[in-house]
Amino acid sequence: MENAGVLRGAPDTGSYLSESSVKSWLTTTDHKRIAILYAFSITLFFFLGGVAATIIRLELFTPNGDIVSADGYNRLFTLHGIVMVWFFLVPSIPTTFGNFLLPLMIGARDVAFPKLNLLSWYLFVIAGLLTVATLLAGGVDTGWTFYTPFSSLYSNSNVLLAAAGVFVAGFSSIATGINFIATIHMLRARGMTWMRLPLFAWAMYATSLVMVLATPVLAMSLLLISVERIFGLPIFDPRAGGDPLLFQHLFWFYSHPAVYIMILPAMGVVSEIIACEARRRVFGYQFMVYAMVAIAVLGFLVWGHHMFVSGQSPYASMVFSFLSFVIAVPSAIKVFNWTGTLYRGQIRFSAPMLYALGFLGLFTIGGLTGLFLAAIPVDVHVTDTYFVVAHFHYIMVGASVSAFFGGLHFWWPKITGRLYSEKFATLAAITMFFGFNFTFFPQFIAGYLGMPRRYYHYAPEYQIWNVMSSSGAVILAAAYLAPLAYLGWSLVRGERASANPRGATGLEWSVPSPPPTENFDRPPVVTVGPYRYHPEHETHQAPDHPAHEPQRSA
Amino acid sequence: MTGVDKRRVLRTVLLEPLIVWVGLCAVLALTYAYANWPGLPLKLSMSLLFAAIKGALVVVFFMELGKASGIIRIAAAAGVLWASFLFLLTFADLLTR
Amino acid sequence: MATPPSALHEPWREPERQHDAMVFGLWVFLASEVLFFGGILLTYAVARHADPQGFAAGARASDLFFGTLNTAVLMTSSLTMAVGERALKEGLVRWARWALIATVLLGFAFLVFKGFEYRDDFEKHLVPGLDFRFTGRAEQLFWGFYWTATVIHAIHLSVGIGAVGRLLLLDWRGEMPSHWMGAEATALYWHLVDIIWILLYPLIYLTGRP
Repeated sequence: MENAGVLRGAPDTGSYLSESSVKSWLTTTDHKRIAILYAFSITLFFFLGGVAATIIRLELFTPNGDIVSADGYNRLFTLHGIVMVWFFLVPSIPTTFGNFLLPLMIGARDVAFPKLNLLSWYLFVIAGLLTVATLLAGGVDTGWTFYTPFSSLYSNSNVLLAAAGVFVAGFSSIATGINFIATIHMLRARGMTWMRLPLFAWAMYATSLVMVLATPVLAMSLLLISVERIFGLPIFDPRAGGDPLLFQHLFWFYSHPAVYIMILPAMGVVSEIIACEARRRVFGYQFMVYAMVAIAVLGFLVWGHHMFVSGQSPYASMVFSFLSFVIAVPSAIKVFNWTGTLYRGQIRFSAPMLYALGFLGLFTIGGLTGLFLAAIPVDVHVTDTYFVVAHFHYIMVGASVSAFFGGLHFWWPKITGRLYSEKFATLAAITMFFGFNFTFFPQFIAGYLGMPRRYYHYAPEYQIWNVMSSSGAVILAAAYLAPLAYLGWSLVRGERASANPRGATGLEWSVPSPPPTENFDRPPVVTVGPYRYHPEHETHQAPDHPAHEPQRSA
Repeated sequence: MTGVDKRRVLRTVLLEPLIVWVGLCAVLALTYAYANWPGLPLKLSMSLLFAAIKGALVVVFFMELGKASGIIRIAAAAGVLWASFLFLLTFADLLTR
Repeated sequence: MATPPSALHEPWREPERQHDAMVFGLWVFLASEVLFFGGILLTYAVARHADPQGFAAGARASDLFFGTLNTAVLMTSSLTMAVGERALKEGLVRWARWALIATVLLGFAFLVFKGFEYRDDFEKHLVPGLDFRFTGRAEQLFWGFYWTATVIHAIHLSVGIGAVGRLLLLDWRGEMPSHWMGAEATALYWHLVDIIWILLYPLIYLTGRP
């Protein structure tokens, strides 16, 4: 058996950040350092995708095309989509907070396959370089969905290079998924039973499941497109007997579950923040777990709602429509349970909590408009309009990115060992919420009124909504840039953080900030469930519950 | 190595794989014969059935799924189950289009 | 049973746990591979469903001899792989060495036969787009599938040969006994590549026979 006592006498290895040479970073197998490598990479891509979004919003300020050409506009929104989906949203929370926190949360020394973890980062970098090369070579004009025949017959742009980038990024994501699944199964500390896992760990498990089982189908569909393009083999080309809808089936078999790759981790982050900052146990913990697993599984059965107007069989559309309504149930359970967790809580309106509350509202709007789109008649009406654009931005940006920023602030002291300025952070969180709604709510209206997506030149009656949206985007951009300043400042001048500045539960808070290289000086033993923010007998249902004590300073 | 041990080693290392291999070759011969024998019914289903038998032999004995723990069986089943989602729902569209 | 020595890696404390995790991780990867090939098999099913007769007409031009020979070769390589991996676990290094060498040779034999088959296919104008022999759509789809699927399979097999080659390299340095876990992982992958071929065999070579 392992004897941690032997290590006690050895000199303290210090925090995981103590080694600083470039080589030590590029060859590290420490999950915490790999998380930092990923954090740098995805930040670059976030701002690259953001630049594309900025140009798009500038272009749409007026109905006429003024800044870019029609073709340039196609390349811009394709770049924005590819970068934001595969190089920011899909890897965002899993590869940063997941890598950093998962082993800490379950009481492990590292992930199951540390070398594979580093390999996944290198694959991600290669994929990123291919995508940047695509950009430098002139970009792609197919849209992020690579629909045939846009991507096979009618595109003169660098489809192969872009597809290669996404293909490699997919392998990076599969490697991360396999690693997390094996880690959660095999490396939980003694006493860390499945029903004692923090919800963030469960979210990583559900996400990894989707990554491992959906991503290979994306890889195959991109491969088939490449083969069709390079060798002229007829696969999706209807003139040669191919079926263009087959591509959509293959593509959305991945890309709809990919939406859950983007939102499940956000749900995990928000569960941690809300429980801690409301000082309550998570309401209905087991239902939260089952809901996440149900979302991960059902997420594979609803892809056809992207194809209601594609010429798909109406009967299949009905089945997909029904299943899309079904998946709203576990999502709704989660929203109710987060709200239930807040009930009788001693809520601290800290920056992470503001992001989490923003998530709750925006996810609800995004989810409810998703129900509109699951209904075939409504979907047929608003397909390919800004209504759809607004809907998925509420989920992916409003919910996922808010949760990402919430998690960033929540765990910042743990990761860096420094405290940030709560005042600036609060301001940024509020600005982001308003900036986001200002940007995307008008798009619901423009879309409902009939403005189609992916047009750079639009009918003048939609201008008012686009002006609002573009103005909102300025506020949103400011809110995204602000953390660079005050979090950067905190790295240099920030007050040192204690091991547990938030009084949070969870094993990651039981080690120093920043954590030492070996995580725990002896393997922890878990005896209780998560989120012990108040005694067990204190239930939410007690109607005659005495008024709670005034909040103590945290 | 004792005599008993030697026999056990010989059985797991050599004999069991050989028996499985003979089984595989027999099914391959059967597959070949059935497909090329004129006039037999259900050619596609039968050849897929034979392929499934061969695959099962490899999975259960060579890959030792027969002796594997529960989670490994679940992992193996997940791949097949999820692939069946892909086929089922795509054909739900194709067959009613 | 002589417990084979094993190279213990971070973050593991016990070889049994490391072994279980490795095997489990590999099975999860194999599940992912099943979905990868699931995508192309779906393509096959959709195309075949669209025009079964034309599809069969295309498939009849495939080379049954090479197809069957290669199935037998690959199944035999699975045998030698299984023997090699089990021998290593029992500490029979010499047996393991010869079985793994046989596996690599059988793998190469498969690729060589495949190469002969590809040459014949070229000569018989069975490459869509390159002076293709058929005019029908379904025939084009079949041969599109044939080339894509067999090349992807051959790439997988080459990776497998590389993995077995790595074990033999370790053996050359005298380190193979401590890598029995690696051998087990390699074997699992090798068998999956074999299973994929077993499935491709009837889909390509036995379609449209009398």
